[in-house]
Amino acid sequence: MATDSHGMGGRDPQATPGSFGAGEPARPFEGQHHARGYEGALDAPLKGRQMVVNLGPSHPAMHGVTRAVVALEGETIVEMKLDIGFLHRGFEKSCENVTWGQCFPYTDRLNYVSSILNNVGFALVVEKLCKMEVPLRARYLRVLTGELHRICDHLTLVAAMGLELGAMTVFLYGIEARDLIWDRLTEICGARLTSNYVRVGGVSRDCPDDWPAKVEQTLARVAELRETIDKLLTRNRIFMDRTRGTGVISREDALDFGFTGPCLRASGEPYDIRKAAPYLVYDQLDFDVPVGKNGDNFDRYLMRMEEMRQSDRIVRQCLRQMEPGDIVVQDFRYVLPPKPQVYGTIEGLMAHFKLVMEGIKVPAGEAYSYTEAANGELGFYAVSDGGGRAYKLGLRAPGWPMVAALPHMTKGALLADLVPTYDSINMIGGEVEQ
Amino acid sequence: MASDLDTTPVIATRREEATGFFQRMVSKGLGWARKNSLWQYPYVTACCGMEYMSVSSARYDIARFGAEVPRFSPRQADLLLVVGTINCKQAPILKRVYEQMSEPKWVIAFGVCASSGGFYDNYATMQGIDRVIPVDVYIPGCPPRPEQVLDGLMLLQRKIQDQQHKLIDRAQVPTLAQGGGERR
Ligand code: SF4
Repeated sequence: MATDSHGMGGRDPQATPGSFGAGEPARPFEGQHHARGYEGALDAPLKGRQMVVNLGPSHPAMHGVTRAVVALEGETIVEMKLDIGFLHRGFEKSCENVTWGQCFPYTDRLNYVSSILNNVGFALVVEKLCKMEVPLRARYLRVLTGELHRICDHLTLVAAMGLELGAMTVFLYGIEARDLIWDRLTEICGARLTSNYVRVGGVSRDCPDDWPAKVEQTLARVAELRETIDKLLTRNRIFMDRTRGTGVISREDALDFGFTGPCLRASGEPYDIRKAAPYLVYDQLDFDVPVGKNGDNFDRYLMRMEEMRQSDRIVRQCLRQMEPGDIVVQDFRYVLPPKPQVYGTIEGLMAHFKLVMEGIKVPAGEAYSYTEAANGELGFYAVSDGGGRAYKLGLRAPGWPMVAALPHMTKGALLADLVPTYDSINMIGGEVEQ
Repeated sequence: MASDLDTTPVIATRREEATGFFQRMVSKGLGWARKNSLWQYPYVTACCGMEYMSVSSARYDIARFGAEVPRFSPRQADLLLVVGTINCKQAPILKRVYEQMSEPKWVIAFGVCASSGGFYDNYATMQGIDRVIPVDVYIPGCPPRPEQVLDGLMLLQRKIQDQQHKLIDRAQVPTLAQGGGERR
């Protein structure tokens, strides 16, 4: 039963080793299977009827912004339709109205749980158009802060998943760890959540001197909390029963739907852009890519737990390998000159004025950059006509294919399994609805 | 902080004075009870929701203000926390939720998006929730720090304490249908 790609949701007696009926084949069910069709000749049951239930848009399990219209037969989902657009904020159009540098705050708010990863993705596309080489230290800082934010993203997912399956403690631990990481990010970029840290050509500022040591201490505490969460959830019978074998998607289906990131890897496809097409300094770092097998909610949860450990490794390596140096390119067509030059030289003043008033002049052309964000492939497609603004900006949101596959994944499952499935694909309204 | 007892209006007509003392005591008592037991409906849509998570968990601990119980049914809530961007598609739903809440009710606009549309000055985003529902406290910031949120909550508590509370309010509340909106 569990191998059925349509998820049999919590009915599988093999769900938990040691639980009642585990290891036995599914027993024949002697009752009435279905509201229609199986009645005995003498039964006179009430006629079943499909019920249509609206989940959302303001529903705690829908994370606020999606409306799911679910047709139910009993508790089984017969059909599900998604209605999105409740958080459409006109990202692409907004970016076409501002200079390239001013787009960064908008990218922060795409996947707002890991904004630096979005910043990096956008910076890479602009740098591709400008054919620019970024200094090594800036690349390290980008990877470092990005991986910190990846930990935040996964922590949030695990915390929210625990909360929605009834494990409030997990939520409190997860948020505590996330607050600690946010403190470190505040020290480096001034904001807790919407970092706006990366710039075209580098990053906005260097880290304070005592920062690396603090990061290591923070990571130690975060690891402690993460292992606590791991102990609370991973072998927890209720959690396993709710997540194993639910929301299953096979490897082929996942590929067909265009999954990327942890959700694809949970289905058994070892594809990670950080390994497949390394950008920044990922080719110099040593980390593993966890791959799952079943493609169910439990595997997707495990992927997140393991990726947090790997990100931890990456951050530590970055701290060790990083060397002092420039944090932005020294090219005043792209980067504001330092203040002494602005006030002391006419060239500096001119460059400052031009950059502030007109923005960066990106050469005409088009480019696509793809990076591994917390949910999968984050793609930016930019067209420039040589003016100071984006002529067209396109976004490939990593969460979008997963949301699109949701009706397929939950077909035939129980209504209660919709909640963990919705959690584990990690739909983030900001990026999916742009 | 203004005194909790400071609820007497400066200019009192005779009629108010005549019924005043008992009413004032009731009002003060109700105000005190209501401000310290706010049940909130978190209308979470976007990035500010991440800060809302922080506010409501251990470090910032909104429970200190008696407002830790999120209710996802508008009928059980008396504080509507609008957390995040409200766009034109979302606005009617927000209004419906607000109307379903029973009196007395208060609204906090959490973050600049809810307060004014923030930097999403475009075709999709509503420029502030006060275009559809009344707002008591605006919390600026994109997203606001948790301290700011708690400050906003304290402001609201002060406002509630200073309001006139009645045991029974017979005044009819205007609804969407009466206001010429859609009827169903
Ligand atoms: S105020 Fe800022 S952080 Fe809050 S929802 Fe709006 S854009 Fe997001």
